[in-house]
Amino acid sequence: MNVTERITELRDEAASAVASAAGTAELEELRVRYLGRKSELTTILRGIAELPGDQRGPVGKSANEARKALEAQLETRTAELDAAELDERLSHDRIDVTLPGSPVRDVGHLHLITRTTRQIEDVMVGLGYRVVEGPEVEHDYYNFTALNHPPGHPARMVQDTFYIDPSSIAAAAGDIPPVPVTDEDVVLRTHTSPMQVRAMEAQPPPIFIIVPGKTYRRDSDATHSPMFTQIEGLAVGDQITLADLRGTLLKMLRAIFGDGRRLRMRPHFFPFTEPSIEFDVSCFQCDGTGVVGGERCNLCKGIGWIELGGAGMVDPNVLGFVAENGYDPERVQGFAFGFGVERIAMLRHGVPDLRRFFDNDVRMLGQFR
Amino acid sequence: VKVPWTWLAEHCDPALEPRQLAERLAMTGTEVERVSAVGPASADGFVIGLVTAAEQHPDADRLLVCTVDTGDSERTIVCGAPNVAAGQTVAVALPGAVMPDGRKLGRAKLRGVESDGMILSEAELQISEESDGILVLDADGPAPAPGSPLTELIPLAEQVLELEVTSNRVDCLGIWGVAREVHAATGQPLGPEPWAQDAEATGDGEASSHASVTVEVPDLCPRFTARVFENVKIAPSPPWMKARLMAAGQRPISNIVDITNYVMLLTAQPLHAFDLDRVPGGELTVRTAFEGEKMTTLDGVERVLDYETTLVCDRNGPSGIAGIMGGQVSEVSGETTRVLLEVANWKGTNILRTSRLLALRSDASTRFEKQLHPDLCIRAQRIASRLMVELCGARLVPGTIDVYPDPPAQRALTLRDSKVSGLLGMDIAPSDQADYLQRLGFEAETVGGGLEVSVPPDRHFDVTREVDLIEEVARVHGLDENLPTTLPRSAGQTGSLTRAQLLRRRTEDVLRDLGLSEIVGWSFTDPEEIARLRIASDDPRSRQAAISNPLSEDASVMRTTLLGSLLDAAALNVSRGAERLALFESGRVYLQGESTQSGDLAGDAPDPVAGRFVGRLAPPLLEPHHLGALVTGAVGRSWRGEDAGADFFSLKAVLEALAGQLGVPLSFEAGSDPFLHPGRSAAVIVSGETAGWIGELHPIVCRHWDIDAAVAFEVGLAVLLADADAGEEAYEDVTTYPPAHQDLAVVIDEGVAAEDVRRTILAAGGELLRDAAVFDLYRGEQVPQGRKSLAMRLEFRAADRTLTDEEVAGLRERIEAELESIGGSLRA
Repeated sequence: MNVTERITELRDEAASAVASAAGTAELEELRVRYLGRKSELTTILRGIAELPGDQRGPVGKSANEARKALEAQLETRTAELDAAELDERLSHDRIDVTLPGSPVRDVGHLHLITRTTRQIEDVMVGLGYRVVEGPEVEHDYYNFTALNHPPGHPARMVQDTFYIDPSSIAAAAGDIPPVPVTDEDVVLRTHTSPMQVRAMEAQPPPIFIIVPGKTYRRDSDATHSPMFTQIEGLAVGDQITLADLRGTLLKMLRAIFGDGRRLRMRPHFFPFTEPSIEFDVSCFQCDGTGVVGGERCNLCKGIGWIELGGAGMVDPNVLGFVAENGYDPERVQGFAFGFGVERIAMLRHGVPDLRRFFDNDVRMLGQFR
Repeated sequence: VKVPWTWLAEHCDPALEPRQLAERLAMTGTEVERVSAVGPASADGFVIGLVTAAEQHPDADRLLVCTVDTGDSERTIVCGAPNVAAGQTVAVALPGAVMPDGRKLGRAKLRGVESDGMILSEAELQISEESDGILVLDADGPAPAPGSPLTELIPLAEQVLELEVTSNRVDCLGIWGVAREVHAATGQPLGPEPWAQDAEATGDGEASSHASVTVEVPDLCPRFTARVFENVKIAPSPPWMKARLMAAGQRPISNIVDITNYVMLLTAQPLHAFDLDRVPGGELTVRTAFEGEKMTTLDGVERVLDYETTLVCDRNGPSGIAGIMGGQVSEVSGETTRVLLEVANWKGTNILRTSRLLALRSDASTRFEKQLHPDLCIRAQRIASRLMVELCGARLVPGTIDVYPDPPAQRALTLRDSKVSGLLGMDIAPSDQADYLQRLGFEAETVGGGLEVSVPPDRHFDVTREVDLIEEVARVHGLDENLPTTLPRSAGQTGSLTRAQLLRRRTEDVLRDLGLSEIVGWSFTDPEEIARLRIASDDPRSRQAAISNPLSEDASVMRTTLLGSLLDAAALNVSRGAERLALFESGRVYLQGESTQSGDLAGDAPDPVAGRFVGRLAPPLLEPHHLGALVTGAVGRSWRGEDAGADFFSLKAVLEALAGQLGVPLSFEAGSDPFLHPGRSAAVIVSGETAGWIGELHPIVCRHWDIDAAVAFEVGLAVLLADADAGEEAYEDVTTYPPAHQDLAVVIDEGVAAEDVRRTILAAGGELLRDAAVFDLYRGEQVPQGRKSLAMRLEFRAADRTLTDEEVAGLRERIEAELESIGGSLRA
C-alpha cells in the first residue's frame, strides 16, 4: 500500500466514524484522532518533504484535500448534533399554552354614543359637510326666537325646556319671570338647531354643516332622557330643494342601515322649517313588510317603517335673521334635518331603554367596541 | 283630538276604512295615533223596541216582565229597571248581540221567566258613564218604528280616530276642520257648512236690552259676541249627542253644557254659557285682573291672579278667567232659564301665559292659546243657537251683541309657479295647485305665472306666506309618492373634520387602546358635589350654573369638573360588583367664563374644544371640552403574581403615553387640588400653561363615593392640543451620524425632584444632548441617608458630524459641574 492509498483509506475511515458519531464529545475525539497534531494524516503531511520528488506533489495534494474534506464534514456534523441536542433540551421546557396572556391587556371601549356619532359624521363628511359644534347652555334667542318661535309662541311649550337661573350666572340676580318665555332667558338647548343661526351668522352661503351634540329636555322615560344627543344638518345655497333633502337623507340612511333601505317623508310641522317633514326608514328587521317569520315585527310594531327624525326647508323667517350675511330668503334656500343619535344606536343594537346609555355600567359599555 | 267616525262622515264621508284613512292622513301631515272603538263592536242585534206591556215578575219584586214589539215579533223581556213602562220606545239588544264588554247575549231564564233580549241603559251602550234606569228613546219626541236599527238614533260600533294635530293646525281641533282636511286628502265631497243656517229668533226684545258687554282691553279680546236665550229648560241631552260626546272623550253633563262642548268640538271655537239671572244687570266687562285679585273657578279652586290675566267680570267682580275657565258665580244650574252665550276671541299668547302661570289647562285654553280667528265666533253662535232651540226649547232673543272693533282683513297671497318647483324640486300643475288649495278652503285664481290666493279665516294665522302655500300644495299633492330623489347641485365645500376634531378622536382612541372605557356622564349634577370634592368657595369650579326647573335636586346644577361624573360611574359599577375600573370621559364642563367671547370667523378663531363657538352673541357660559380618567382597583392583573393597585405612576404612564401619541411635551409639578392626596398629586403642565391635574384621590373623597381608592386626571383638551405636533412632524436625520450614550448615577438630596435633575442635565448638555431619561431610582447602603441615586441615560448626537469621545467627555464634565450647583454628585 502506498501513501496515497493510505490517505484514501484514512479519509474513508474518518468519514464513516464522523457520520456515525452520536454526540459532540465523540466528534471532538474524532477531530483529535484524525486531524490532531499526533494524527497519522498530520504526520504524513509533516513527512512530505522527505518523500521522493515525484511523490511529493500527488501525496501533498491528496493529504490536504483529505484534511479539508474532513474539517468540513466535522463542522457540518457538529452543527447537526448541536441542533439535535438543543432540541432535545428544549423539548423538556414546556409551558401550558392555554394559560392567559400576562399581564392581561385590558380592552377599552368607546361609548356607543361616540361610536354612532362618529359613524354619522363620517357619512356626512363624505357628502361634503363640515362638523361644527355649539354651546349647550344657550340664549333663548338662538334656541327659540331666531328659529321662528317668537316669545309666547305655543311651539315653545311643546319642548319641555330647562331654564338656567339667571342669578347663578350673572352678577346681579334679577327676578325670575314666572313664565320664562322671553328671549333674554338662558336655556339648556332643546335641540342642536340653535347652531343653524350661529353658523349662518359666521359663514355666508353656501353652507353645508352638521352639528352633533348634547341636548336637553325635561322628560324622562324609556324613550326620553333629560340629556340626549342630536345631530343637526343644514345645507343652504341658491338652488337646494326639498328633493335634495330626500336624496341626502336617503344616502345617509343607507350608509347607516344598509343599502336596501327606503325612506319615507311625511308632512309635519316645525316652526323653523317650511315645508316640514318627518322621515322614516323602512324597517331593517322585516325589510318593511311588518312581518318576521309569520309574526308581527317587534321592531317597527308591524308598520314596516321606523320614525327617525324631523326635517324640512329652512323657514324664510329663520333666514331673515341672518339676511345681512347673504341669506336673503328670496335668493337662497336650503334644508335642515335633525335626529337623535341614541335612537339610531338603540335601533341598530337593540338597546331597549334610552336611560341605559347614561348609567355607564361597564358591563354595557364593554359590549360595544 | 278624538274624531268619532260617524260625526266625521256626516260632513265628509272618506269612503275608506279607518285604517286606510289613517294612512292617508299620515301622508298628508296628520298623524293618527290610534283607531279605537266605542260601544258595541257591531250594531247587529241592536234594535228599537216598543214596550207594549210591563208587568210585575211573579217571583221577583224588583223585576218586570215586559212585552216588547221589536218589529218582527213581540218578545218577552225581563227588565230590572224601575223606570220601564208600557208605551216607551226603548233600545233592545236581541239574543246574539255582542255587548260592548264582549259578552254575547243569549236567552236567559230570570227567576223562571225566559228573557228574549235585553232593554238597555245608556251605560250599557257606553254613551254615559252611569245610568239609573233604561234609556227611553221617545222622551223628547217621536222615535223610529219598532224594529228599526238602533243606529238610526245612536251611533254604535263607533270607530274613533285619535289625531295628533300639529300646533299650527288649530283648525283641525274641530271636527269640521278635520272633515275639510279629509276632503282635501281624499277628494271626497264636503258637506255644507254647519253654520249655514241660523236659528229663528223668537224671543222678546233685543239682546242688547238684556245684556251689555264692555271690552276694556281690545288687544287681548279682539272680539266678544253674546246671544241671549230665554225659556231655557235644563235637561239631559238626547242619546245621539251623548253618544257623540262620549265618543269624542267629553262627559255629557246637561243639554246646555253639552251644547257648548259639542259646538267647540265641531268648530274648534270654545263657548261659555252664563246663567244670565246670576249676572247682575246683565253687564259684563272684559278687563285685566288686579295684581293678587282672587276668584273661584268652576272646578271649585280659588285662583290668585296677576295683572296680565284677562277676566270676564260682572258688576261685582270676576265671573270667569277669559278663555280658560268660567267662575262659579254665574254657573248654569238646573234652575237656569235665561242664558247668555259668550263666544269670544282672545289673544293666544295671553291665554297661554295665564294658563301656564295658573297651571290650569282646559279644552278652551288649549284652543285659544293657539290663536283662533275672530270670524269663528259667529259660526259657533249660529250652530249653538239652533241646538239651544232644538234641545233646550229655548227662545233666541233677536240680535247679537258683537264687540269687534278691528276685524282683520282677509289675507291675500301670491303663489308663483316658479317658486313651487324651485323650492320642492318637482313640478305641480297650476290647475292641481288651485284644486288642492280650494279643497283646503282657500280661494285660488289663476294669474300669469301662478295663483292669487285668499286665505280662509281658519288658516289665517297659519298660512301667512307664499312658502306656507307651497307646503299646503305639496302635502296634498303627495310628497312621498311624487318627490324626486336628488342631491344638491350647488358645489359645497370639502367635507372634513377640523384638526382639533381629529386630534380629539385620536385622544379618545388612544385612551381606549390603553384599556380605558369611555363613559358619558350627566351634564347636570348635585350642587353638593362641590362640597364632597372639598372644593372651596373661592375656586372657580364652585360657581355652578343652576337650573331653575330641574327634574330633581341632585341634577340641578351644571357640572364644573368631569371628576364627579367619573366618580358617579365608578361608584355605580363598584356597587354592582366591579372590582377594577378604568374609565375616561371626553366631554364638556360648564364654567363661568371670563373668556366667553365667541369666535367670529373674521377675528378670533372659533375653537369648540376650548368652548369658543361661532355666532354673533357670546355664549352664556364657557364650555371647554375636558378629558378625564379614573382608575380604581388593580392594574396589570396576572396569574403570575400579586396585582399592583392603581397608583399615581400607573395613571401618569397613561397620560404620558397619550401625550406621546399626540406629540405634546408634558411636565408635572407637585399639585394642590383639594380632592387629591396632597403628597400624590400634580399639576399637568403643557408649554408653561396648566392643562389640568393628576393624582390619587383624597381618602375623604373616596369615602363620599364609597370606593376604596382611585387615581384620576382631568385636563383641558384645548391646552393639551395647543402644541400637539401629531400629523405635523418634521423629518430629522437620525441615521447619518450615530448617537453616543452615557449613563450617569446622580446622588442628590431626597427633596430635589427628578425633573429638576433632568432639566439641569439637559440645560448643561446643550443642544448636543438630545435626551436624558431616568431609568433607575436607588436608596440604600451605597447612598448616604437623606439622599437618593437617580440613574440617567443620556443620548448625545450632532446633526452634522459624529461626536468624538473628547466632545462627549467635555459635555459630561459640564453636566457634572451643573449638578454640583444643585447639590448633586456623580456616583462612580
